[in-house]
Amino acid sequence: MGMLEAILLTIATAATPLLIAAMGELVVERSGVLNLGVEGMMVMGAVTGFVVAYSTGSPWLGMIAAVLMGAAFSLLFGFLTLTLVTNQVATGLALTLLGLGLSGMMGRSFVGLPGVKMSAIYIPGLSDLPLVGKLVFGQDPIFYISIALVIGVSYFLFRTRAGLTLRSVGDSHKSAHALGIKVIAIRYAAVTFGGACAGLAGAYLSLVYVPQWVENMTAGRGWIALALVVFASWRPWRVLAGAYLFGAVTIGQLHAQALGLGIPSQLLSALPYLATILVLVLISRNRRLTMMNTPASLGQPFVPDR
Amino acid sequence: MRIELVRRPQTSALFSILSPFLALVLTLIAGAILFAILGKNPLTALYYYFIDPLREVWSLHELAVKAAPLILIAVGLSVCYLSNNWNIGAEGQFIIGAITGSILPVMFPTFQNFLVLPLMMLMGIAGGAAYGAIPAWLKVRFNTNEILTSLMLVYVAQLFLDWLIRGPWRNPKGFNFPETVTFHDWAVLPAISYESGRAHWGFIFALVAAVVVWFMLSRTLKGFEVKVLGQSPRAGRFAGFSRGRMVFFAFLVSGGLAGLAGIAEVSGAIGQLRPSFTTGYGFTAIIVAFLGRLNPLGIVASGLILALTYLGGEAAQISLGVSDKVVRAFQGMILFFVLACDTLIHYRVRLVRPAPKEPAPAAAAEASHGNA
Repeated sequence: MGMLEAILLTIATAATPLLIAAMGELVVERSGVLNLGVEGMMVMGAVTGFVVAYSTGSPWLGMIAAVLMGAAFSLLFGFLTLTLVTNQVATGLALTLLGLGLSGMMGRSFVGLPGVKMSAIYIPGLSDLPLVGKLVFGQDPIFYISIALVIGVSYFLFRTRAGLTLRSVGDSHKSAHALGIKVIAIRYAAVTFGGACAGLAGAYLSLVYVPQWVENMTAGRGWIALALVVFASWRPWRVLAGAYLFGAVTIGQLHAQALGLGIPSQLLSALPYLATILVLVLISRNRRLTMMNTPASLGQPFVPDR
Repeated sequence: MRIELVRRPQTSALFSILSPFLALVLTLIAGAILFAILGKNPLTALYYYFIDPLREVWSLHELAVKAAPLILIAVGLSVCYLSNNWNIGAEGQFIIGAITGSILPVMFPTFQNFLVLPLMMLMGIAGGAAYGAIPAWLKVRFNTNEILTSLMLVYVAQLFLDWLIRGPWRNPKGFNFPETVTFHDWAVLPAISYESGRAHWGFIFALVAAVVVWFMLSRTLKGFEVKVLGQSPRAGRFAGFSRGRMVFFAFLVSGGLAGLAGIAEVSGAIGQLRPSFTTGYGFTAIIVAFLGRLNPLGIVASGLILALTYLGGEAAQISLGVSDKVVRAFQGMILFFVLACDTLIHYRVRLVRPAPKEPAPAAAAEASHGNA
C-alpha cells in the first residue's frame, strides 16, 4: 500500500463522521429547525455503539443501537422545541450538555476496554486493485452508508415531492401550514433523521475510527459538523467536499505532528478549529448570498393556529 | 392525546416566578428515578446531593467557592442572551482571563506589592473581554455565526493553556508536572474569613457584579437597549440603537466577567495555573443563566444551586460510589426542565383528545341526548 493511498484512506476515516452528522443536520435545518445538540447526540451514539458492540460482540448491533439512541435522544429535543416551542438554541445546548453527562455516566465502566472494530469489506480481486482498490472497494460499511446518504439526501431534497415539501416547511412554515402541510410532523421526522445520523456518526467514532470508548471522544466534531452545514450553504454535495477538506486538515496536522517540525503540537491540534472559523468567515462575509441560501424559517418558533 | 398550546394574552406573572421551582422539583423526581435505576436508594442519594453539603460551615464556604465563577460568568451571559447574542464560549474567555491575569505572578515573580492583585484582576478582565471580542468582531464585520466561532475558540483556548503550562510557563522546580509556579502571597486573592473556611473575594465580586448588572438592565437606558435589540432588532433600529455596538457591548461584558471569574478562581481557589483548573464552569454557567431566568439576582440563587450539585456530586461519589458524571447529567436535566417550564409563561398547555372520525357529530348529539 503506497503512502498516498494510506493518506487518502485516513482522510476518508476522518471525514466520514463529519459527513454523516452534517448530512443529518442539513435535513434538519432544511426543515427550518436548528438543532445545536449534534455533539450530544453524537457522543450518545458513540457510547451506545461501543457498549452494545462490546457486550454482544457484534459491531452491527452496536451500530443499530447507536442509530436508535441518536434518534430517541433527538426526540427529546423535538418534543421541547416543536411541541413546547422552547428556544431552539438553548434547547440544543441543553441536549449537548445532557448528552456529554449521560454518556460519561453510561460509559464509565467501559473506559479503556478493547473495543470491537467493524471490519472493512473485502471483495476478492477488486479490493486488491492498485491505488483505488482499498479506497473504493475496501472500506468499512459505514463509509458506504455515508456516500449513499449524500446521494440519497440530495435526490430526496431536490428530486422528490416530499423533499420539496420539507424545503417549503423550512422556508416558510406559515405558507406551508396554510397549504395544509403538517409542519410539526415533518419537522419531527427531520429531527429524528438528524438524530439517527448523529448517532451513526458517533458509532463510527467508537467502532471504526478508534474502537474504544473515551469520554468526550467526539471532541467538538458535532460542532464542526454544524459549521460544515453553513459552509456548504445547505447543499449536500458541498457538505461532502467540506467534510473531506476538514478530514484533510485533520490528517495533515496529525502527519505534521508525527514529523515533529518543531511546531508545538497544540498549535497543530488547534488547526481544525481555526480552520472552521476561517471557513465560516469566508462563507458568511457575503451577506446577500448567505441570506439567499439560509432556510428562511431557520430557528423560528412555530405554533399552528387552528 | 395531543398537546396543544394556547397563547396567553399576556405573560403569566405567576409562572415567571414559579417555573424555575417547578423545574427543580421535576429534576429532583427525575434524579430520584435515575438513582433508582443505578440501584441506589433515591432518598439517601438526594440527601447526599442536596442536604449534606449544607450542614457544615466549611462546606458552605466551598459552596461559595464554586458559586463565584458560575455567578460571575452567568451574569455576563444574561446580557448576551437578553440581547440575542449567543456567546457559548465563556469557557474559553474564562481560561484566557486566567492566563492573562497570571502574567504578573508567573513572569514577574519578583514584582511583589499591593498593586499586584488589582492589576491581576484588571488584566484578567481585559484578557477575557479581548477574547470575547473576537467572535463579536467576526459577527459584526463578517456576519459570522457567533455560536460556532465562540465555541471553536474554547478548544483553541484549552490547547493554548495546555501549551503554556507544558512549555514556557512550566514550573522549573515542579518535577515536570504541567503546572506553573505557585503564586506568591501578594498574588493570592484573600479569603473572606480565614478562620471559618476557603471562600475568597471572588464571591464578593460575583455579588457586586450581579447587583451592578441588575441595575444596568432594569434601571438604565442601556438595559432597555439590550432588551429591545434582543426582542425586536427592527424596533431597536427605529429607536436608533446600533446592533453592531450592542454585539460588542454584550461580548465585552460577558467576556470580561468570565475573565474575572477565571483569574479569581486561579488566584483565590487554586494558587497556580494547572490544566485541570477548568471544570466546565463556562458551560455550566449557561444553565445557571437560564435557571436564573436571565435575571442577575435570580442568577445568584441559581448559581448557588448549581454549585450545590457540584458539591453534592463529590459527596455522593465518596459515600455512594456513583460516578462524578452524574452531576453533568443532573445539570443537563435542569436546563431541559427549565426550558420546558418556561413554556408555561407564554402559553397555556392543553391536552386534547384526538377528535373521533366520521360519526363524530352523531355521537356528540347522542351524548347530549343522554345527558338530557
